[in-house]
Amino acid sequence: MDRQLIKGNEAVVFGALLGGATHFFGYPITPASEIAHAAAQYFNGTGRCFLQAEDEVNAINMIYGAASAGARVMTGSSGPGIALMAEGVSYLAGAELPAVIVDVQRAGPGLGNIWAEQSDYNMVVKGGGHGNYRNIVLAPFSAQEMCDFTYRAFEIAEKYRMTVFILTDAYIGQIMEPVLLPREVRHAPRHDWAVYADRESRGNLVTSILMSTELLSEHNWKLQEKYKKVEAELVEWEEYETGDAEYLFSAFGICARICLSAVHELRNKGIKAGLLRPKTLFPFPEKRFRELAKQVKSVVVVEMNNGQMARDVEHAVRCSIPVLRYNWMGGMVPSTQEVTERAQKDMRG
Amino acid sequence: MVKHAKPRAFYDEFFRRGPGEKNTTYCPGCGHGNAHKLIAEAITELGIQDRTVFISPVGCSVFAYYYFDTGNVQAAHGRAPAVATGVARAREDAILISYQGDGDLAGIGMGAIMHAANRGEHMAVFFINNAIYGMTGGQMAPTTLVGQRTLTTPDGRTAGREGFPIGMCEILDKLTAPVFIERVSLGDPGRIIRARRAVKKALTNQVDRKGFSFVEILSPCPINWKMTPVEARKWLIANLEPLFPLGSFRNLEEPPAAYGYRKPVSDQELLEIFAAEKSLNLESRRGLVEDQYVKIAGFGGQGVMSAGVLLANCAIAEENNATWLPSYGPEMRGGTANAGVIVSRDQIGSPVVDHANFLIAMNGPSLDSFEDSVVPGGTILVNTSLIDRKVRRSDVKVLYAPLTEIAAQAGLTAAATVAALTMYAAETGAVSLDTIKKVIPLSIKKKSLIDVNIKAVDLAAEYHANNLRGQI
Ligand SMILES: Cc1ncc(C[n+]2csc(CCOP(=O)(O)OP(=O)(O)O)c2C)c(N)n1
Ligand code: SF4
Repeated sequence: MDRQLIKGNEAVVFGALLGGATHFFGYPITPASEIAHAAAQYFNGTGRCFLQAEDEVNAINMIYGAASAGARVMTGSSGPGIALMAEGVSYLAGAELPAVIVDVQRAGPGLGNIWAEQSDYNMVVKGGGHGNYRNIVLAPFSAQEMCDFTYRAFEIAEKYRMTVFILTDAYIGQIMEPVLLPREVRHAPRHDWAVYADRESRGNLVTSILMSTELLSEHNWKLQEKYKKVEAELVEWEEYETGDAEYLFSAFGICARICLSAVHELRNKGIKAGLLRPKTLFPFPEKRFRELAKQVKSVVVVEMNNGQMARDVEHAVRCSIPVLRYNWMGGMVPSTQEVTERAQKDMRG
Repeated sequence: MVKHAKPRAFYDEFFRRGPGEKNTTYCPGCGHGNAHKLIAEAITELGIQDRTVFISPVGCSVFAYYYFDTGNVQAAHGRAPAVATGVARAREDAILISYQGDGDLAGIGMGAIMHAANRGEHMAVFFINNAIYGMTGGQMAPTTLVGQRTLTTPDGRTAGREGFPIGMCEILDKLTAPVFIERVSLGDPGRIIRARRAVKKALTNQVDRKGFSFVEILSPCPINWKMTPVEARKWLIANLEPLFPLGSFRNLEEPPAAYGYRKPVSDQELLEIFAAEKSLNLESRRGLVEDQYVKIAGFGGQGVMSAGVLLANCAIAEENNATWLPSYGPEMRGGTANAGVIVSRDQIGSPVVDHANFLIAMNGPSLDSFEDSVVPGGTILVNTSLIDRKVRRSDVKVLYAPLTEIAAQAGLTAAATVAALTMYAAETGAVSLDTIKKVIPLSIKKKSLIDVNIKAVDLAAEYHANNLRGQI
């Protein structure tokens, strides 16, 4: 029994600790609270540090502090909390600090409700705060990936000195599935930029201010170069049945799971459907979409939001083929049947 | 002061400001310069320069890192105590300085300072109270005096409109955790000597790991007060000090509480904490014939969630794939809880059980809710202990069994869902009874409950064999 039945939200914490996370600062919010619960138990229980902050604004700034000191640090939250962290995430980007943030999306706007949506896509994938910055965004669609992506996130964050978001949803947070845990514990290396409160690092400064327009311009261009490098090196996706596909689904998180079932149903009915599931939302698998656009007749983007990823798909295929949007909001999750029946009409037409 | 008397904790040359730069950015007569010097002297005297991390705020002192030859982190407006918390939790031997203005600390950052103080964080906070927002050109601060004219109170602050000035020492003194709270003034040389002592004490407390220490420094801002430096100091003594009385508010020998993180466990220990169960030596891995879409529904407390987890665990033990999803969505209302479990040899797509091929209805409302969603040809197991009515559909197979009574016979009514699971297994063969019995001890924490659950399995299996086999 190497595989264990683990809840998505808990898999995040196991992956994080095995991936070398030492600090967690967070504030409870449904449906991400289980991450904080597990972190409280396992971080403090293993001699790491979990601290419940007074709010998300201060949680993200504690993260900024711990990251400045070279720690592998993270939080877990949901839409309203992520929105409160926006200023801090922008500071992290400006100061080029590595951090990991898990967003278990709920439905909005406002207090909305606690059921699942994927409506933080724009906020998280496009940046969220002020300034010309990006976050690396990983989109797990299983408990296994909740673990694996979090495990890897710290090294990715450190490599590029960026915030890595795990953008997930209430379903993938709640699901229990067999998970194979990593067998090796990772640790943060010593960074030459961090402030360790010792002689060697005394000359280091963590800041996001550059008062001169020339220097801030230079810094911004440097960041853009870095984001290009991320786009060239990090993009990941997975394809199902795309070899001979005439119609392509695209979705992330829980919707990708539903599309996977829909692909099988449609194939049983003789319709050649396939699925391209981005595992990274930034960088986005643009090129692959463009290639497949030459092969398929249309793309159906299935999302539990108002079509936020669909815009990126449209941009990727440069409007060379129709991009259909299937959207659900308010906490409604589509059934496989709904998606299949609708696609059956659209894909015949 | 002669130039070479610069304390060692200052950079010789403020290279971050500009090559060869020797002057600060502060206006003539500004209190920030004095306050910096007191802090730099104390750092130098205590020999803690290497260990010190200075958190610069947003405000006129935003560039404090131009001057302090220590580790430096610049924080967002109001967040220096939170940033210092992060550094302090990451580096236990660090000496943290959170240096903040009155807008930064008592305005936008009020929450951050209150909670850092309340946690007794290991940091020295130096609070520069100049009764105004300096950096942004002279707007009202939380500490601005009633009647004081600022850009945002051009007719003077009005208590009824903007509220009264806030005394931070008085407020923080209501908290239990801080060890040291003192208010000092930069109004004249005698006062500066007392300020120096307070600054040093706050930092000494950090060396001694005593915890949260707070020094409020009444400080002139001649530019925004529209005064000469000399007038500003006089005005400070005459107007700020009566409202913000100087002196020690608290000076404890020992911190009221202490917390030491336990030593981080080794990699090996960490791997063991998360290690999977050893092999179960299952008798049989009965071939799963078709994908299972199981819905277990009942009222909260009947154990439907954990029965679902048990089923998923059994499926994994038999090397199949499984997903478990709790009721999530509008159907959770009305006191019913349900779990959907899918078991398959293949990768599982949607984990949502919209149409079960096996429904376990533990109570009436559950049967009402889900009867119609079962696929034609599927099976419904009805707990007759709690459900009087018959299933209305004729295109499904129905099993009637007094699950709660069987469980009660075993000694635990809460095992009714385990009895149900047993009948499901016996009926479909999707998992074997041997597997259920071997997995139960792994998923039940209370050892005393293991035996009754196993007994429930046996009784349920017997009931199924005697009464249900072949039932339509
Ligand atoms: C989120 C945010 N809001 C507003 C500002 C603008 N701002 C910069 S400094 C400051 C006030 C600083 O006043 P104070 O803390 O009293 O410090 P002083 O300049 O007087 O030393 C304000 C409002 C900002 N930088 N960030
Ligand atoms: S504006 Fe006031 S606080 Fe700021 S540097 Fe000038 S005198 Fe000092």
